[in-house]
Amino acid sequence: MQLLQQLINGIAQGCIYGLIALGFVLIYKATETVSFVQGELMMLGAFLGLILMTVVGFPYWLAVPSTLLAMVAFGVLIERIAVRPILGEPAFSIVMLTLGIGYVARGAIMMIPGLGTDFQALPVPYRDQTVEIGGLMIGAERLVAVAVTVILCLLLFLMFRFTRIGIAMQAASQSQLAAYYMGIPVRQLNGLVWGMAAGVAAVAGLLLAPIVLIDSNMGFIGLKAFPAAVVGGMTSLPGAVLGGVIIGVIESLAGYTMPEGFKDVAAYVVVLIMLMVRPNGLFGGQFRKKV
Amino acid sequence: MRFIFKLSYDQDIRLAKHSGHVFWYGLLLMSLLLAPWVLPAYWSTLITLTMIYGIVGLGLMLLSGFTGLFSIGHAAFMGVGAYMQAVLTSMGWPFPIALLCSMAVSALVGAVVGLPALRVRGIYLAIATLAFAFIVQEVLVRWESITGGNRGLAVGMIDLFGWKTSSPTVFYYVCLILTILATLGVLNLLRSATGRAFVAIRDSEISAQSMGVNLARYKTLSFAVSAALAGLGGALSAHMLRFISPDQFGIVQSIDLLLIVIIGGLGSVHGAFFGAIFLIATPQAISLAKDFLPSALGQTVGLQSLVYGLILIAFVLFEPMGIYGRWVKIRTWFELAPLYRKGLFKRQKSFQKTERLK
Repeated sequence: MQLLQQLINGIAQGCIYGLIALGFVLIYKATETVSFVQGELMMLGAFLGLILMTVVGFPYWLAVPSTLLAMVAFGVLIERIAVRPILGEPAFSIVMLTLGIGYVARGAIMMIPGLGTDFQALPVPYRDQTVEIGGLMIGAERLVAVAVTVILCLLLFLMFRFTRIGIAMQAASQSQLAAYYMGIPVRQLNGLVWGMAAGVAAVAGLLLAPIVLIDSNMGFIGLKAFPAAVVGGMTSLPGAVLGGVIIGVIESLAGYTMPEGFKDVAAYVVVLIMLMVRPNGLFGGQFRKKV
Repeated sequence: MRFIFKLSYDQDIRLAKHSGHVFWYGLLLMSLLLAPWVLPAYWSTLITLTMIYGIVGLGLMLLSGFTGLFSIGHAAFMGVGAYMQAVLTSMGWPFPIALLCSMAVSALVGAVVGLPALRVRGIYLAIATLAFAFIVQEVLVRWESITGGNRGLAVGMIDLFGWKTSSPTVFYYVCLILTILATLGVLNLLRSATGRAFVAIRDSEISAQSMGVNLARYKTLSFAVSAALAGLGGALSAHMLRFISPDQFGIVQSIDLLLIVIIGGLGSVHGAFFGAIFLIATPQAISLAKDFLPSALGQTVGLQSLVYGLILIAFVLFEPMGIYGRWVKIRTWFELAPLYRKGLFKRQKSFQKTERLK
């Protein structure tokens, strides 16, 4: 029973990792740039929600969509101002750029007087409620996290499968040049991909906020998204979410069965093994560069 | 303008290309030798710290700037070096021997981490080094019988075969000698066949391989040398701070090391030291500037992180070659004085080079 409880907690935590990894994979797949800023975007989303609800006084159901809209706009802005001018530079320039954006975001949040340096709780309506299923007490915030992740994945799947814009994104991610020749506005799409990634990260932030407290360093959880993305195969969207869940479950089980300390590094041990055994992940295709 | 006539083949690999180099580097050496006697103690401490970070920066520069392998976990090698040094000196080993052992152990760990580099590249390698760094940090926290866990470990004074000293001036000269040795060593490595193989791997793995460069060997070697230098820097910083704890060698430190090579200028030995100067000088400048800012802004903890981030973004966007690149441009302007053309260093727009080819 205890094991099952841990499993469910792991899945809920894994959904958060998966969502952050999803944003990362969206960007990597579409533009082949690596974003180290997903964790900070998640942190910004959580803080924005907090500010809207506590300082401005929005109700929860209004704060969530406005946070998402603002974060999508922020993502588009980052792409336009910072990422687009250096496309074509070595991949690591963009990694450093996104690290820089992360630094700025963290510094800016810490500079908010009274809010940035403390741990804050997000006042969501479902806080401290538990649901009993077959003798298991499950926190409502964890159930919401899992449910929202499933719905979001379904929406993204429908979008990529059936809408014009989704199919255009698929085309652009396979070959930007060919997509450009077909009249697809690749640049605008890249901006939109960044926006979507920021939006997904904000969702992750809003879901994580009731489980842990909000603080300016919560963005470091974003580093767990890389193991998730690698396990899922870097270029596969369902793989990213599944990878996140796998990482979350392994972490939770390691915390339950193994000595203290293994919980924090389990994700990284898994990713190292994965990189040695199957560098392309569970769902990634086999790519090999030809001369 | 200076014209250099090639009169012998040795000129191509000579370290000092012309008399100007001899003069300016001689002047730099003289002023560094005199610094502890002339400058206030606080300043020479800062210079010592800059030299230590310069050594670590050299190591990362060799790996990232010259071999093209990026590591987001380099602080872990510093940690290995620092803890090794702390443990060995507490067992009574003399300073130079302990230092060599720390470097050797760091190099060994580096070679082990280099193994995934043979299979994965680019972002995957960065993630592998990140993962490794987290594991090392956790080991340092949990292996309490040796490392003292989160409580940290006090480091003894340096012991030169029985002559114990805690004088900052002696330590300054020790660091200076080691910095010079490390720099000359790296310069020497870079002009040898090994160094050329590193650069060939950075520019194109496939063409390097087809010219007979053994990728596995040179990548592992690059990791090992780089980790040894990081370990040396870590060992020195352990003596400098006299106290080490695992959180000094975490992800934040690793990113600081990347700041050194990116802001200093990727692919230049000067860049490692420019970057180190930047890393040490910026917090000082910020704390000086705080007095002039309104207290609501100046006293906040986030200011330093904000400034670091903005500087990093500005460098990536406007000066990808870092401080060294800017310096080369200024120098060229003076050398060509009236003939300098605006477009001399203009970067060509290039297409995104894809790593995913089916």
